[in-house]
Amino acid sequence: MRVNVTVNGEQRQADDVWEGESLLFMLRERLGLPGSKNACEQGECGSCTVYLDNVPVCACLVAAGQAQDRSVRTVEGLAEGDQLDPVQEAFVEAGAVQCGFCTPGLVVQAHDLLDRVPNPSDPEIREALAGNLCRCTGYEKILDAVRLAASRR
Amino acid sequence: MTLTPAELTSAVSGGIGTSPQRPDGNLKVRGEFAYASDLWHEDMIWGATLRSPHPYARITSVDITEALKVPGVYAVLTADDVPGRNLYGLEHKDQPVLAVDVVRYQGEPIALVGADHPETALRAMKKIVVTYEVLEPVVDMETAVDDTPLHPGGNLVRHVPIRRGSQDVTAEVVVTGRYEVGMQDQAFLGPESGLAVPASDGSVDLYIATQWLHVDRDQIAAALGLPQEQVRLTLSGVGGAFGGREDLSMQVHACLLALHTGKPVKMVYNREESFYGHVHRHPAVLYYEHGADHTGKLVYVRTRMYLDGGAYASSTPAVVANAATLGVGPYEVDNVTVDAYGVYTNNPPCGAMRGFGAVQAGFAYESQMDKLAEALGMSPVDVRVRNAMTEGSVMPTGQVVDSAAPVAQLLKLVQDKPLPAGTSSDIRELPGGVSNTTHGEGVVRRVGYAVGIKNICFSEGYDDYSTARVRVSMVNGSLSAAVHTAACEVGQGLVTIMQQIVRTELGIERVTVLPMDTTIGNGGSTSASRQTYVTGGAVKAACALVRDKLAGRTDIGDEVIDETTEWRHRATEAIDPVTGQGNAHVQYGFAAHRAVVDVDVDLGLVRVVALDCAQDVGKALNPQAVVGQIQGGSAQGLGLAVMEEIQTSGGKVRNPSFTDYLIPTVLDMPPMSIDVLELADPHAPYGIRGVGEPPTISSTPAIVAAIRAATGLALTRVPVRPEHLTGT
Repeated sequence: MRVNVTVNGEQRQADDVWEGESLLFMLRERLGLPGSKNACEQGECGSCTVYLDNVPVCACLVAAGQAQDRSVRTVEGLAEGDQLDPVQEAFVEAGAVQCGFCTPGLVVQAHDLLDRVPNPSDPEIREALAGNLCRCTGYEKILDAVRLAASRR
Repeated sequence: MTLTPAELTSAVSGGIGTSPQRPDGNLKVRGEFAYASDLWHEDMIWGATLRSPHPYARITSVDITEALKVPGVYAVLTADDVPGRNLYGLEHKDQPVLAVDVVRYQGEPIALVGADHPETALRAMKKIVVTYEVLEPVVDMETAVDDTPLHPGGNLVRHVPIRRGSQDVTAEVVVTGRYEVGMQDQAFLGPESGLAVPASDGSVDLYIATQWLHVDRDQIAAALGLPQEQVRLTLSGVGGAFGGREDLSMQVHACLLALHTGKPVKMVYNREESFYGHVHRHPAVLYYEHGADHTGKLVYVRTRMYLDGGAYASSTPAVVANAATLGVGPYEVDNVTVDAYGVYTNNPPCGAMRGFGAVQAGFAYESQMDKLAEALGMSPVDVRVRNAMTEGSVMPTGQVVDSAAPVAQLLKLVQDKPLPAGTSSDIRELPGGVSNTTHGEGVVRRVGYAVGIKNICFSEGYDDYSTARVRVSMVNGSLSAAVHTAACEVGQGLVTIMQQIVRTELGIERVTVLPMDTTIGNGGSTSASRQTYVTGGAVKAACALVRDKLAGRTDIGDEVIDETTEWRHRATEAIDPVTGQGNAHVQYGFAAHRAVVDVDVDLGLVRVVALDCAQDVGKALNPQAVVGQIQGGSAQGLGLAVMEEIQTSGGKVRNPSFTDYLIPTVLDMPPMSIDVLELADPHAPYGIRGVGEPPTISSTPAIVAAIRAATGLALTRVPVRPEHLTGT
């Protein structure tokens, strides 16, 4: 099938999409946007988090066809040219990035949190990020990064 | 075409001892860093692996006829299509690339499919008909040696005995115990992935996430029947490793498919397949007896331990040696008896995972130290300090510890840290969290301590070295450096460290990290907490050669200075096969933890409230990265303490998913305050001491000690589950 979708502000089209394909597969393998990650592909790890019409979702749990005529914003769509989003900047500065495989999902999830709650408490940050697994950091520096980003936005 | 991470150039300055930003950081937060599963090539096809559903079975036939007929299928391969040696392995070549006649674990690869879409490959795979004669699996590590032999030499992979001092001395106070450690998974987030690209001359390029490019290459070349120079590996972005990428997974498979079809082949495991596709931490059963005098001084330690290597040897021999040689912990003991056994079973293959043998022993000996403290009426910290090893202490192997061993100091550092505020009234900070299972009733808070020891770098006489190349030329009127190695960046930050070393050694700010590949010599494994030590040492040595040629110049015109060198740490020795005596290890690392834990004793729910750590790192080349390693290692120890286990039943994995295999989330992790000591090791470059593994050892027993204190239960097995606390 053919899917028409707005991705990071651009109108995109994917052809020959198999009905069983996920939005994640379409983004990664058909639209050249591998930033959203494939750590579990079953909605447990959050590494594929993208905005679908401004709501964060696990792209692995959304069928590609469900994105028809809708708007998707991925981690690749957060920076403005060379200028990183404050959340991205804070993740690098705070040492919240090690292997980085969880990073795209966490960055999108934290970006959404700070849009909704500009100065979140620690329990609020933890709750918002509870669906995003990280295996490298133990999360301390991820919390540091979100606090830092909140202080700058 | 997306093939590999770009050259990494960072404008951020900073030599050793500072914390400049990672050169790959911007790419990673933008989603532009090319991990192995992101690779893409024109005309590429997808590979898939048919695996055994049985832990132990004879294969009576494999019929691929119908699979080959599926439209979009390019190849279906079996063991008959492996042109070279159909056996590989890190220490013993005992594992088939594709099974022949027999499968020894659930998930063992039998056949491969190459197809135009992953779904096509899966559908074709279902049309491969394999018939089995199912056999009774060997699953008990304690009796495996006397059970059905699974390999020609029987089921004993390695026995490491250690005999030091008197073997029959007696003591006033004796405590014994039997401990079990469940099978932990590395659970790196980036699944096993790679892209194999065939060349017209019959050679192949593999872009791959791994921990050791050269040993991968050697094993792949042997299986393909190609000379090593016809198998070229380039490191792709690696989404974590923790030991799970030391062994081959899809490397040979993708190359086989590529060479058969003449097309680039991408293979990406999903999470379930990842659980079958890599080795895990050895589960263990450990028997201990500690004898002490009335002052708490250890008189002897005797232990017999079993480590379940599963179906193939992987790194079992080295894991057994670590468990044995580090088996009494960071304590002075004159009389030691150790018998450590690594065995074959039909359980999933086990090999390297962070802490590697020392984790299993650490849970047991630290549980014993707590038991001893209780028997003596001493505090857990006091009994440990009473026996703490120091520089100059003698290991059970007879090796003298010849650099800092601040065991007592580390314990005191964590003991003196402020305690967290009392039990919260916010349900989000109580056991059970927003499940709203308690408002504080039934919650008991207690504290636990532990300390651990880990060998750093490769041991037992292994020729452990790394190769580094540093090239200096003028760029835009200034000196610029490039550093090239085959040492794998897996997330730990070696790329940053190498830039820092070059800046410090040469005073050149602009340092490019070239892609890691096999066009340069061996970088050794990214394991045993060794890369900053060994590859760092090699980069430092290459810089010294460059510096001689630079001779103080800041303008070298058109000249290019390009130096490559190998660097080795000091030699180690094999241990005596009867007494276990010998200078087996290069360096020892130490960490101590204090865990503060709230336990809902009615429901068996646990919340770790604080997990503080003190560790000696010799010299923190990058303090931010050092703390990140300690926090990450502590988190994996927490996982083993209270949630992480691959559960098997009759050799079958019951929970191969992140739904059922739980790793800590941000809700499970407490704040972690970290004290970093820098007591230089005079034998190591810059005095550094490997960082990555020690915190994974002491974290687990500290948490379990706190749960024991809260519940009064013996808790001899990790992970501790709610039902262990409630008896239900």
